[in-house]
Amino acid sequence: MTSPTISNQETLIESSQKFHAPRLIDRIFYWLTVLLSVGIGAVLVWITYSLLSIAFPAIATFNLGFLFSQVWNPVQDLYGALPQIYGTIVSSIIALLFAVPLGVGVAVFLSEDFLPRRILTPIAFVIELLAAIPSVVYGMWGIFVFVPFILPLLQGIHNALGWIPFFSTPPSTRQMFATALVLAIMILPTIIAISRDSLISLPPQLRQGAYGLGATRWETIMQVLLPAGLSGIIGSVMLALGRALGETMAAAMLIGNANRVNVSLFAPASTISALIANQFGEASGLQRSALFYQALILMILTLIVNMLAEVIVSRFQQVE
Amino acid sequence: MSSPNQSSRPQNDNPYDIATGEFDKGVTSGRKLFGKVMTGLVMLCVAIALLPLASILFMLLKNGLSRLLQDFPSVFTELPPPPLVDGGGFRNAIMGTLLTCLIGALISVPVGVLTAIYTVEFGQGNKLSQFVRFCTNVLSGVPSIIAGLFAYGVVVVLMGTFSAIAGGVALSVLMAPIIIRTAEEGLKSIPREVRQGLVGIGATNFQGVTNVILPAALPFIATGVTLALARAAGETAPLLFTALFNQFDARSLREPIATLSVLIYNYAIAPYKNQNELAWAAALIVVLLILTVSILARSLTSRKVY
Repeated sequence: MTSPTISNQETLIESSQKFHAPRLIDRIFYWLTVLLSVGIGAVLVWITYSLLSIAFPAIATFNLGFLFSQVWNPVQDLYGALPQIYGTIVSSIIALLFAVPLGVGVAVFLSEDFLPRRILTPIAFVIELLAAIPSVVYGMWGIFVFVPFILPLLQGIHNALGWIPFFSTPPSTRQMFATALVLAIMILPTIIAISRDSLISLPPQLRQGAYGLGATRWETIMQVLLPAGLSGIIGSVMLALGRALGETMAAAMLIGNANRVNVSLFAPASTISALIANQFGEASGLQRSALFYQALILMILTLIVNMLAEVIVSRFQQVE
Repeated sequence: MSSPNQSSRPQNDNPYDIATGEFDKGVTSGRKLFGKVMTGLVMLCVAIALLPLASILFMLLKNGLSRLLQDFPSVFTELPPPPLVDGGGFRNAIMGTLLTCLIGALISVPVGVLTAIYTVEFGQGNKLSQFVRFCTNVLSGVPSIIAGLFAYGVVVVLMGTFSAIAGGVALSVLMAPIIIRTAEEGLKSIPREVRQGLVGIGATNFQGVTNVILPAALPFIATGVTLALARAAGETAPLLFTALFNQFDARSLREPIATLSVLIYNYAIAPYKNQNELAWAAALIVVLLILTVSILARSLTSRKVY
């Protein structure tokens, strides 16, 4: 780490006190950077406050019952968030179910020497490009390409396994399951990048020791490397979960905006962000306030998940 | 996390395989098979992960390129068409994307760079800089639609109108963490000898930072700014209720303005074929822009200054 030591800084500050005008500029500059640094924290508080202040009428009207109500009736001004909370959490969890094994598999592949470095590096780069594609483009790709492609497959699952409640309705063109699959693709780069970093940064002695004990490559990976890199992998999964929870455009375009909880994954559903994106334009009064209440719930959900991820990832960085 | 063959130790007496001439450490065929299967599985994972990207790029080229080539200049110079009208373009949306991103950068770049200067140069490792790092990470996890609602609650409500400025504010919330992180990296990459040299010649912090340290860290900061711009150019959710949309050219920063990403959203879910095509063309432009910029940003940092 190439950074000034404390004493180094003190001499810097002392030396600046010899001349008056530069010293003044220096002080102003220093306090400006302090102010803006504090400002970054203040923005977080400000965001929460502005959500809270606009959501307040809805919070006062519906209290915590909001969280468990399935009603969304602008005519009678009655609102609840259960379908959205359910949809947000369930779609994110399904996305994780697909993205985690896939992402960890790719991360293992990229951190091992199955192929020479000069082939692996471009593959890793191309996969990172997945993260650069805007979510609205994923949404459009979902509408015109992915959902038409996957629908016959889902119809087959429904025909064969329709007795299972999760697959009990014929697959609709706008539905929870296909949305979750697109979300899985979108969060894949997050899982791959951070898991790969945590696997690469493991001390080489671990691998050498395992090989020395006679373990094969895959015994080393499964019993030594993956457990050792676990905190980094869990951190990556939490970050990916945070992203899936807040993902807006793909969900708004694909999930179908049904304001009720439906056990079948092939039926239209809703998420918090999709509801906000779809209704905010026409909403006013208590409805707008209720939308902010939902946003507040989303904010709290993602804050908890991201802070947990932060703690886990920083712990793995310390070990490293 | 345990292999099915955990307990299987070499069964054969002689680990040296006479037939192949290999000394195989006593790896039984079951353990070998497990390894082969797993290697096959992870390769399958890579193939599955690459498939969507290939599909997206292919469909963008297939659906977007034809429209772009078909009415080449007019796509960039005309206004979006109403439903059921042929032709048209998105010049107002291109302008809008540039403007909102520019406003976002004007806010987030100074804030981000100065914050990074504090955490690396002045407050290295102290409580405030740890707090700032934590907040930066949390901020980068804030859902983009929440940034939009924040800008709505602060700017739109205050100004009484949707505007490019509100859109820029929403984008700046998403851009700042990216800029802070890359600027921090850039400042940390400067060797301590440079700072010691600055003390040696009697430079103040301000002189040192502005004349020597910032210029040296510039490639990193430029990378951060371009990455942040790339992200902002594709963001839709924060613009839905801040910049809104405008069928025409915005005459000032204080009125609703069209952006490429919101145009893609509106026209992709519209039931009109011409608008769908236009959405694909716009998506192709946005993705090409973002991919070039991200690749460019990478090449900037790979060039070492020191």
